[in-house]
Amino acid sequence: MKTRSIASLLLTTALTFAAAGVASAQDKTVKIGALSDQSGLYADLGGPGSTLAAQMAVEDSGLAAKGWKIDIISGDHQNKPDIGTAIARQWFDVDKVDIIVDVPNSGVALAVNNVIKEKNGVYINSGAATSDLTNAQCSPNTVHWTYDTYMLAHTTGQALVKAGGDTWFFLTADYAFGAALERDTTAVVTANGGKVVGGVKHPLNTPDFSSFLLQAQSSKAKIIGLANAGGDTTNSIKQAAEFGIGKGGQKLAALLLFLTDIKAIGLETAQGLSFTETFYWDMNDQTRAFSKRFADKMKNNAPPTMVQAGVYAGVRHYLKALEALGGNPHDGVKIVEKMKSMPTEDDLFGKGEIQPNGRTIHNAYLFEVKKPSESKGPWDFYKLVGTVPGDQAFTPLSESKCALLKK
Amino acid sequence: MQALYAQLLVGLINGSFYALLSLGLAVIFGMLNIINFAHGAVYMMGAFVAYFLLNLGGINYWWALLLAPIIVGIFGMILERTMLQWLTGLDHLYGLLLTFGIALIVQGVFQNYFGSSGLPYAIPDQLKGGMNLGFMFLPIYRGWVVVFSLVVCIATWFLIEKTRLGAYLRAATENPTLVRAFGVNVPRMITLTYGLGVGLAALAGVLSAPINQVRPLMGADLIIVVFAVVVIGGMGSIMGSIITGFALGVIEGLTKYFYPEASNTVVFVLMVLVLLVKPTGLTGRAA
Repeated sequence: MKTRSIASLLLTTALTFAAAGVASAQDKTVKIGALSDQSGLYADLGGPGSTLAAQMAVEDSGLAAKGWKIDIISGDHQNKPDIGTAIARQWFDVDKVDIIVDVPNSGVALAVNNVIKEKNGVYINSGAATSDLTNAQCSPNTVHWTYDTYMLAHTTGQALVKAGGDTWFFLTADYAFGAALERDTTAVVTANGGKVVGGVKHPLNTPDFSSFLLQAQSSKAKIIGLANAGGDTTNSIKQAAEFGIGKGGQKLAALLLFLTDIKAIGLETAQGLSFTETFYWDMNDQTRAFSKRFADKMKNNAPPTMVQAGVYAGVRHYLKALEALGGNPHDGVKIVEKMKSMPTEDDLFGKGEIQPNGRTIHNAYLFEVKKPSESKGPWDFYKLVGTVPGDQAFTPLSESKCALLKK
Repeated sequence: MQALYAQLLVGLINGSFYALLSLGLAVIFGMLNIINFAHGAVYMMGAFVAYFLLNLGGINYWWALLLAPIIVGIFGMILERTMLQWLTGLDHLYGLLLTFGIALIVQGVFQNYFGSSGLPYAIPDQLKGGMNLGFMFLPIYRGWVVVFSLVVCIATWFLIEKTRLGAYLRAATENPTLVRAFGVNVPRMITLTYGLGVGLAALAGVLSAPINQVRPLMGADLIIVVFAVVVIGGMGSIMGSIITGFALGVIEGLTKYFYPEASNTVVFVLMVLVLLVKPTGLTGRAA
């Protein structure tokens, strides 16, 4: 009796282990969590559009036909780091999510970065700007797509200093993102012989900028650098026009502008602004075809922003890595290593690579906002001014402070 | 010193919005005893109605100043007739919860269709440009906002405190049964009052459309500050809410100059201080 029960116990254990072994080798289930600001000032540049982008990436991967089961869930971090980390923890612990994508708002993005590292998940950030994600706070689980503050400073910022804008005043959003963007841009300004004469830190989501704009105006700086994003940037630009700042000889530097921001400001006010993005819907046949499919599924028929495009490209690359691995090992570090070992290529960003610190390298483009008379459609906003190759736009590995590089 | 003058003036401009919004809240609270949390949502609707009038109907800003408050006011009156009137006599909490729910639904619907970044609304041609005051460049539109809202505030105060209609209104809140006995249609008067309060919020919405983005959350961001203004001024006090509205705008403006990081919180710090010293607000009477 006793020997029999022990035998059966051993048998069951063996079977369980065998089953588990089979599952890990051929496990073709994936759960993607799209974590974003779904209703606040960044919802239009990420938000529901990013979830849609992730869905389209899954559909376009064709993995469903090969027996993969891929689910997507979405969450609203409301621009609060505590809510973001709580959702991330729940996703890993309860919902068994493998990968978190998007996450605009640098404050939330950095907080979530730690959770994902702790849970050994995969993090493809497209929405946040802070270059810290691939520098001081880099993680073996993280890939940063689309853009960062270093890139913004070394494209738009550098171009303006070289064109004679050698004194700067910053309007900075008072959280991790604004601080990082101001820091990286200041470095570029001083390195090119310019000077920062002052600045003001405003709370996130400020409706009225007149007070700050007056301070910028009286500083007499040639360039007013907007180290803010989304609704804060659109309000700054609109109200700067109202206070006659452009006419007084001062120039606004919108360091970070998205397609949806231009829509919100209107071409009448936005025309002539120069800025940098890594994706625009109207670049070539592939981007136009993708954007058409995307816009057809959006409620307000908006084409994708660069953040949403980054979510698509990131998820596509992640799924390619999983396919190459032959199954989902549910091991974040291993998957990200695989992603880094494969060159990136997709219709939206073209060819690129993921550096050892997690930074994705691809081209960046200098754009100028069209005049109302030049615009031929509801989203026809940009004129291409120049292309900056990826290796010049993003942090060179020699300058990166990422601990992963020291091995 | 010059910079200080400029900040004072800018504060006055923001104060105009606080005053207009808190005035509407005070009227509604004073006459209907409802804490109208939907006030931010109707402010937003005012701006959106102006946007639709311009872009769908080609109706300009000046007409929008008249039409948007009427349209949104009618929406408010329908709300009052169909929902709020059933709460008469119940605890304040019910009205607060109901209007808060309404606000969330209205904002959600707008957000669903128009996204969160907002829509542009241009400054009317007649008010474009600005003038150099020596110490600052004042956009004409901002000057217009201050003057116009001051006029509206004083007119509303006059209507309620100095006219026969206002006297009926105040009497109806004190003792509705007695006023009804004099042959006054009290329920209708209350509906119209709610419409007036909501219309004032919509008017503020139209005024702010060219300055801020026309966004679904424009009211939600503002309403909490406005509530603090009303609490500081004293719930239900018309003149109190007008004066505190302008005063707090100025104080906030000065904070933006001296310590910008605190500009979001200064109003609430003041609220706490006032409540500690005088719980009924600066001009409020004991309930």
